[in-house]
Amino acid sequence: MSTPISAARADFPILSTWINDHPLVYLDNAATTQKPQVVIDSLRDYYSFVNSNVHRGGHTLAVRATDMYEAAREKVARFINAAHAHEIIFTRGTTESINLAASSFGEAFVHPGDEIIVSQLEHHSNYVPWFELCQRKGARFRVLPFTPTGELDPEVLQGMFTEKTRLLALNQVSNSLGTVNPLETLIPLAHAAGVPVLVDAAQSVQHLAARDVQTLDADFYAFSGHKMYAPMGIGVLYAKESWLEKLPPFLYGGEMIDQVSSTRVTFAQLPHKFEAGTPNVEGAIGLGAAVDYLNQFDPQELQTYEEDLLAYGISQLRAIPGLTLYGNPKHRSSILPFNVEGIQHYDMGILLDTSGVAVRTGQHCTQPIMDALSISGTVRASLALYNNRDDIDALTRGIRRVIKMLKR
Amino acid sequence: MQTTAEIAAQISAEFSLLENWEEKYDYLIEKGQSLPDMPKDLKDDEHLVKGCQSSVWFVTECREGSLYFQADSDSLIVKGLAALLQELLNGQPAEAYQNVDLSLFETLGFWRHLSSQRSNGLTAMVSFLKTAAGDCAAQRGE
Repeated sequence: MSTPISAARADFPILSTWINDHPLVYLDNAATTQKPQVVIDSLRDYYSFVNSNVHRGGHTLAVRATDMYEAAREKVARFINAAHAHEIIFTRGTTESINLAASSFGEAFVHPGDEIIVSQLEHHSNYVPWFELCQRKGARFRVLPFTPTGELDPEVLQGMFTEKTRLLALNQVSNSLGTVNPLETLIPLAHAAGVPVLVDAAQSVQHLAARDVQTLDADFYAFSGHKMYAPMGIGVLYAKESWLEKLPPFLYGGEMIDQVSSTRVTFAQLPHKFEAGTPNVEGAIGLGAAVDYLNQFDPQELQTYEEDLLAYGISQLRAIPGLTLYGNPKHRSSILPFNVEGIQHYDMGILLDTSGVAVRTGQHCTQPIMDALSISGTVRASLALYNNRDDIDALTRGIRRVIKMLKR
Repeated sequence: MQTTAEIAAQISAEFSLLENWEEKYDYLIEKGQSLPDMPKDLKDDEHLVKGCQSSVWFVTECREGSLYFQADSDSLIVKGLAALLQELLNGQPAEAYQNVDLSLFETLGFWRHLSSQRSNGLTAMVSFLKTAAGDCAAQRGE
C-alpha cells in the first residue's frame, strides 16, 4: 500500500516557513529539492550515535558506519535496479559522476580521430567534460541538435553514428526545457551502432518511473542526491560492471588500493577502486534515507501526480497574455521555462521573490540551448512531489502582479 | 555640490517612507524608468559592464576631474540601481568614486544585488565606474 502523495507536503519542515511576509512557494526544485524530516533526522542520528570512518576499522562504531554506508549503496542499487551494488559509485554529485566517466572512459577508450556525441539539450556538466576530453585527445566533439519543439530526433542521431563514435552522452530530462528524451528508442539505436550511452539522470531519477537501468540498458547513469530529497554533496555514478572493470581509476589514494609498494600498486575491488579517500558517509546515509522515503510512493502514481500538476501549470501559464513557454515536447517533466514579453527574466525572479515565490532565472547552465532559442535566459519554475495547485496559482498570481508593476 | 554621504542620507530617507518590498521595488523601478534610454549605437561591448546576469551599459565622460555617466539596462531593477548610483555619484570628483560607501544599498534592503551573487552586478557596475574614475583622475594629473 503506497502513501498518498498529497500527504507528502507535511514531511518537509521548510515548506511551512514564511519568506518576505508570504508563505514560501518553492518552485526551484530542479536546482535542489527540500528535504523531508526523515532525511534531516538521519544526518542528526548519524553524527549523534554512529560517526566513524568507514572500512577496515575494527571497532564497533566503524563497523556500524560501514554497514550503514554499504546499506545505502544497496538501497540505491535497488532503487534503479542495478544488477550489483558494486555498480554504484558514490560521488559528490552528477557533475563529478560525469567527470569521472569522461576521464576514465576517455583515458581507456578515446583516441585521436574518435568521436563523442552529446545532445544540444545538455547541462554544461554533460557537455564541457566531453568537449574538454575531445580537446585533450584530439577527438571530434559532435552535437545532436534539438528540433523546434525542443526534442531529439532519432533519425538525425542515427545518421551521426560512424565507426569512430565512441560514446553518446545525453540526459533523460532536460533541466532547461523539461523534455523527456525517448531513451527506450535512443539507447537501442546507439547500441546497434556499437556505441555505449551515458545518461544524465539528474532531472529524471526523482520524477520518472523509468529509472530501471537494466531495462533502459544504460551503460552509465549519473544523478545527484540533493535533487532527489537527499543532502547536498552526494551523488551516484552507476555503470555496468563490465565497464567499471575496464576503466582506470579517476582519483588515487586511500580506500581504493589493494597492495602498495615502491614498485607496484594494485587497486581494490569494485566499487572501492573508484572511491579514493574518506567518502561522504553522512551524505550516502542521507541518500539511503531519501530512497526509503521515496519508496513509500508508487513510482507510476508519483509520475502521474507530477505530470498532472505540470499540465495544470502549462495551461495556467499559457493563459497569461504575453507569456512564452519554451519547448513543446510530446513528453515533458517537471520544468516550466518561460518569459513574459518586455520583462527581463531577472526582474521577474526578483519580484516573484517579494511574494514568497522561489524560481530560478538565467541560462540554467545551458548556453547552447539559450543560443539556439536566441534568448538571454528564462524564468524556470520546477516542480517536486510536494507541490500542488496552490503553488501554481501563487506563481501565476505573482506573474500577473509583476506584469502590472512593470508595464505602466 | 552635495557630498555622496549627504545624497545617500536623502535617498535613504525617501526609501524609509516605503512600507514593504513591493513598494520599495516599485520605487526603484520608477527611478530606473526615469533614466533616459541610451542610444542603441552606444550599447556595444565597449560600454557593457561584464559580470551581470542582465546587460548593463555605462557611457562615461570626464570633465575637469569630475566623472559623469549615463546608464541603461535591459533589467528595470538593475536600471533602478544604476539610477541610484547616478544620483549618488554623477558629476562627483573622481576621488569620490574610489571611496564610495555602498552600505546605502544594504540599508535599503537591496543587499541581494551586492557582490557575493556573481550575477547581480552592483559591484561590477561600481568597479566599472571606479576604473573610469581612475582614468579621469589620471587625465587631470597629466
